[in-house]
Amino acid sequence: MEYINIFVKGIFIENMIFAYFLGMCSYLAVSKTVTTANGLGLAVIFVLGVTVPINYLLENYVLKEGALSWLGDEYATMDLSFLSFIMFIAVIASTVQIVEMAVEKFAPALYGALGIFLPLIAVNCSILGGALFMQERQYVNIGEASVFGLGSGVGWWLAIVAIAAIREKIKYSHVPGPLRGLGITFIICGLMGVAFMSFMGIEL
Amino acid sequence: MSESFFSKKNMKLIKDPLNDDNPITVQVLGICSALAITVKVETAFVMAISVLFVLIGANVIVSLLRKVIPSRIRIIVQLVIVASLVILVDQVLKAFVYDVSKQLSVFVGLIITNCIIMGRLEAFALGNKPGASFLDAVGNAFGYGIILIVVAFFRELFGSGTLTLPVVGKIEILTSLANNTGYEHNGLMILPPMALITVGIYIWIQRSRNRKLIEENH
Repeated sequence: MEYINIFVKGIFIENMIFAYFLGMCSYLAVSKTVTTANGLGLAVIFVLGVTVPINYLLENYVLKEGALSWLGDEYATMDLSFLSFIMFIAVIASTVQIVEMAVEKFAPALYGALGIFLPLIAVNCSILGGALFMQERQYVNIGEASVFGLGSGVGWWLAIVAIAAIREKIKYSHVPGPLRGLGITFIICGLMGVAFMSFMGIEL
Repeated sequence: MSESFFSKKNMKLIKDPLNDDNPITVQVLGICSALAITVKVETAFVMAISVLFVLIGANVIVSLLRKVIPSRIRIIVQLVIVASLVILVDQVLKAFVYDVSKQLSVFVGLIITNCIIMGRLEAFALGNKPGASFLDAVGNAFGYGIILIVVAFFRELFGSGTLTLPVVGKIEILTSLANNTGYEHNGLMILPPMALITVGIYIWIQRSRNRKLIEENH
């Protein structure tokens, strides 16, 4: 039950985009058509689902205060948590590199469509944000951490596919000149955020 | 270097990002953190200073190393440089302004993946001299800071009726009006979605004054 709760919370209530604005840059840049948005969304689900558990292990067996006690007593008081940023980003950058190679090999069409945005997943704030939220919220076991990672990923995917669909349609409407493009996208995104706020407070 | 430091070309590097080539509203970089920490002016200010420091440091270091970094692994090299600078900022904030650092929570760490920094490193520092990169960093960090502070100003003023300025502290502006006349604070302004809409309106105003920024087809 706890797992379902974390999963649903990650998708709707604590949505990466609408509640924390993480990953906005690629969110705005890649949401022009539904197909590419879908591809990037799936890549984000995968990368978040893989990196959050890895970073969880890293946090609990290397970085946290006392985490190194498995090495022996003299390490029991070590606190390496100031290194967490650099360790997390290293894990993320290497995972992204592997995903990029896999996509290039097995799905060249998708690779062509995503273009330069795949390497940019490494600097997509939602991935590092996922790792940092995992650290801040202190999930009790690796299962909860992975479910949180997957849930946040699905939430991000849902948000980007939804806005891409709206942007495809809005091409046919008459938007005032200065608002065209970026401005109207911001406002639509804000309105979607208002809608997502209605999920607030739901507990399963 | 015969060219003077305040030459036209150098001034352009500083002035462009403030309006015509603003990192947030025109280049669409660094939005993630810009929106989340604009509930209070003070946090926005601290964030702007942190980004200024990291961006200057990273731009100058990468520009000095630009001929040594192999291009295949440049992203990881850049991330390591930026991450070390961010760790410095994080430790300093925790030591001196602990309250603000708590409010910024994960967003200090997220300066690492702030697209402004990677964007400027890729687009500018990799191909220019350290001096020019320094100016570019200053200009872009100010362009980013201006938006942050403007958005935070309106959100805090209308959302909670106060202005929390650094050093000066909290000033209550609309609270007495609220007590006397039955004016209600617009609680929606504090919630996340209004940050997006405020930036949207900022873009609208900026583009209607500066019509060459209007996008033809979207």
